Amino acid sequence: MSPQLDILKGNLDLMVLQTLEVMGALHGYGIARRIGQISGDTILLNQGTIYASLVRLQQRGLIHSEWGVSNNNRRAKFYSITRRGSRRLASSARNWEQLSIVMGRFFAAQKEPQR
Amino acid sequence: MNDSLLAFFSRLRAFFFKTSLDHDFDDELAAHIELLTEENVHRGMTPEEARRVAFIKLGGVEPAKELHRDTRSLPFLDSLLQDLRYTFRTLRRDIGFTTFAILIVGLGIGASSTIFSVVNTLLIRPLPFRDPASLVWIANSPGALGLSGQTMQVGHFLDLREQNKSFSDMAAYFAFYGVGDNKLTGIGGEPERLTSVPVSQNFFSFLGVEPQLGRFFTADECKWNGPHVILLSHGLWQRRFASDPNIVGKSFTLDGQPSTVVGVLPASFDFATIFAPGSHIDLFNPFPLTPETNRWGNTLAVVGRLKPGASARSAQAEFTILSKRITHDHPERNDIDASLTPLASHVSGRLRPALIVLACAVGVVMLIVCANLSNLLLARSASRQKEIAIRAALGAGKARLIRQMLTESVVLSCCGATLGLLFAFLGTRVLAHLTSISIPLLSEVHMDFSVLGFTALVAIVTGILFGLFPAFQVPGIKLHDTLKDANRGSSHGHARAWIRSALVVSEVALACVLVVGAGLLIRSFLRVLDIDLGFHPERAAALRVDPGSGYDTQEKRNAYFTQALHGALEIPGVEAAGLTDAVPLGHNRSWGVRGKGQIYKREEYPDGYVRIISNGYFKAMGVPLRAGRDFTERDDLHSEKVIILNETLARFLFPGKDPIGQIVNADNPDRKVVGVVGDVHHLALEEKSGNEFYIPMRQTQDFGSVDLVVRTSLPNSELVPRLREALKPIDPTFATGTLRTMQQIVDKAASPRRFVVLLLAGFAAFALVLASLGIYAVISYSVSQRTQEIGIRMALGASAQKLQASILFQTLALAAIGILVGVASSWALARAISGLLFGVTASDPATFAGMLILLTAVAALAGYLPARRASRIDPMSALRAS
Repeated sequence: MSPQLDILKGNLDLMVLQTLEVMGALHGYGIARRIGQISGDTILLNQGTIYASLVRLQQRGLIHSEWGVSNNNRRAKFYSITRRGSRRLASSARNWEQLSIVMGRFFAAQKEPQR
Repeated sequence: MNDSLLAFFSRLRAFFFKTSLDHDFDDELAAHIELLTEENVHRGMTPEEARRVAFIKLGGVEPAKELHRDTRSLPFLDSLLQDLRYTFRTLRRDIGFTTFAILIVGLGIGASSTIFSVVNTLLIRPLPFRDPASLVWIANSPGALGLSGQTMQVGHFLDLREQNKSFSDMAAYFAFYGVGDNKLTGIGGEPERLTSVPVSQNFFSFLGVEPQLGRFFTADECKWNGPHVILLSHGLWQRRFASDPNIVGKSFTLDGQPSTVVGVLPASFDFATIFAPGSHIDLFNPFPLTPETNRWGNTLAVVGRLKPGASARSAQAEFTILSKRITHDHPERNDIDASLTPLASHVSGRLRPALIVLACAVGVVMLIVCANLSNLLLARSASRQKEIAIRAALGAGKARLIRQMLTESVVLSCCGATLGLLFAFLGTRVLAHLTSISIPLLSEVHMDFSVLGFTALVAIVTGILFGLFPAFQVPGIKLHDTLKDANRGSSHGHARAWIRSALVVSEVALACVLVVGAGLLIRSFLRVLDIDLGFHPERAAALRVDPGSGYDTQEKRNAYFTQALHGALEIPGVEAAGLTDAVPLGHNRSWGVRGKGQIYKREEYPDGYVRIISNGYFKAMGVPLRAGRDFTERDDLHSEKVIILNETLARFLFPGKDPIGQIVNADNPDRKVVGVVGDVHHLALEEKSGNEFYIPMRQTQDFGSVDLVVRTSLPNSELVPRLREALKPIDPTFATGTLRTMQQIVDKAASPRRFVVLLLAGFAAFALVLASLGIYAVISYSVSQRTQEIGIRMALGASAQKLQASILFQTLALAAIGILVGVASSWALARAISGLLFGVTASDPATFAGMLILLTAVAALAGYLPARRASRIDPMSALRAS
């Protein structure tokens, strides 16, 4: 079993937001599975933590939820991203890209030869 | 709105919709599990396996729920609520302990809050006037005791007001108004004596008071011989005029003169509570600032309002210079040496040390309360060790357990505080209605938000303080030993016993300090009551009998006096009767006085307190005649002018000579000394008033009021109607003034001291009870812990007496350490209250010895009960018990 990555709360929140942005309304299980698929099961995490993330996002008005019926006729709570959430996601994504480029450069830098 | 604020409100909302949100999440999780299970089945697992894996993937249902709850809501508040619920359940289970603890805290906090509200009113809260911080009391001369020294002449007032640059304005009232000076007649009902204060025109607007009805005085009304107008106090308006809204403009008879009401003062303005504590004022009338009133001498009590930026100190410098110049420019006037004090410190400055002592005393009481409860909680937590160990074993963290213990103690102290507020409410009400105590602003004492805030603060601090020791015992509890019931005699138990003994020792020491303080003040109080006042207050009483306006010549008045005295003396049971213009411990005024021909420099000119009296006064008052004779009825207008001196003045004016027959200049005419009487404590109980002299009432017109003093064995209820009967023939409209017994007057003068003594004695008694309870609790706990050991000792032949003695010895050893610490600290602290003592030193051996005996006795009693119980332990059952 490959070592799973530890993940920060804020990053999980961002993944959930991005998932909802791409997939539209989704229930907790759906989100958890999607994150698992995308990450190639490298980071998950017990699925229970998804719900804490959903609560945090909802408290900040970034997503909203309502009860609905899933495609196999099961009652489930569906989450979807709000406009505020989309805006926040856009700005956070920009941040991330820049940060990851910078971080990449740092790790790519070679040890300078001793003179 | 920003994220964290949004999140907070959302969490707060979630806190209140806990149950429905829990249900919601249960459903959501159930759906999740179902979906996951279904998928696993798709992958080819058996349904059981699929479900198991689903749970694993979720990371467990309970952790998920907990995480959800913590994120969703306010976990701190949640667990606080849980702690509270648990606390109330525990406290209800142990109702005896709870009641006792709440009662102790309640009494302590009740006392603290009451004292705080007094201190707040007298020392902290500003006076109830506009911009009170800028008000300054301007006395005539520094350190003067008598009214004549406090007051200044009208001319001086006018000059100072005009010439000074420090004050934006100055106002004054006539300080020699008499209680019951004014007779109200002609409005139906019995005639009544009222007290009126003459004030300068600007007096009320100066203080920032607005009339409730009508207006204040006009300039015209403040002229000499101006129209008779009055302002009613709110109290009189309500009481005598049934709050008549149309009172303004109405007229009634005051001292035989029709007087018009121009206004009513608001209820918030209480002249007496600030300027004349312990009395009440009914009316105000204008005081003309004219050459006529200037001739009356020192009459005005003066208040000034500092300009912005000016300080009392800079104003004092200016007034010292001004006083010198004015004194120099006006040789015809009395001297002035203006002395300024902020009004607030003039009003309550004298009480400041006493109040600080009371505040400290109440603080000590609270410390004892804390020590006591700490002790009780320690005993309780010992018996709760198992419960705590079980909770710890079930996963409660140490922090959580400590918090739980602290929650308990804070809940206890808050319940106590609620009870305490009730006590404080009653206490302040009682204090505010103590009309016989002459402490300024006392009637203003009430509960307000600052008192509530103070109480809340005290409650929380107290709760944490007394919960601290027991709470920090928690981490020391050894889980295994406790659960196995094997911790008897462990070192941990010793630490606890040590803390408890230390607490008891400190309780005893603190109680010791309070007992010494109270003891010293009680002894001082008794000394004050024991003072030879120079007169005998017992069985003497005074009644206002001013001649009515019909007696318009001195001849007629003298006849009235003679008739009044005869009438009084004819009453069976009246032994002596006399008239005076001022009873002791009331009003006072001083005049310059010298032997004829004696020359003094202006600033050394002697003065003395003057009383205008009739024959019989000394006998009625019990003032001893030392030499010569008393006045007689024949010392009147037509006979030789005479005077009687007190011993101090006689010695001062005529050292080494026989004063009888000497001539003295006091008021204008030469007066021959016919007698010498003993010194009287006229100004205050604690001190003699120095020079005093007496002038016969029939030889002067210079008096403002007349009191009839009688010495009698009749009870008051009989005396008043008899006196009225006797005086009816000479004055049919004789007003029902109140009869004041001399004892009442003396008691009132002693009242501030009595007030402090009573409170402090109460605190000391409470402290003693608490300390003895503390000792009792510790000893009886140690006895119950040692039951087995005692059983063994008895089985081995130890006698009951020996056991009893050893336990008593243990008690007394604790008490002795406490007393030792207490004596040392009270020795040091007693110096701080030496200013409040009278006739005893701060290291008064009798007080310290008394305290020693009292505390030892209390400790012995508190130890005796458990000792007796120990000696009755049946060895068989003690050994069988475990």
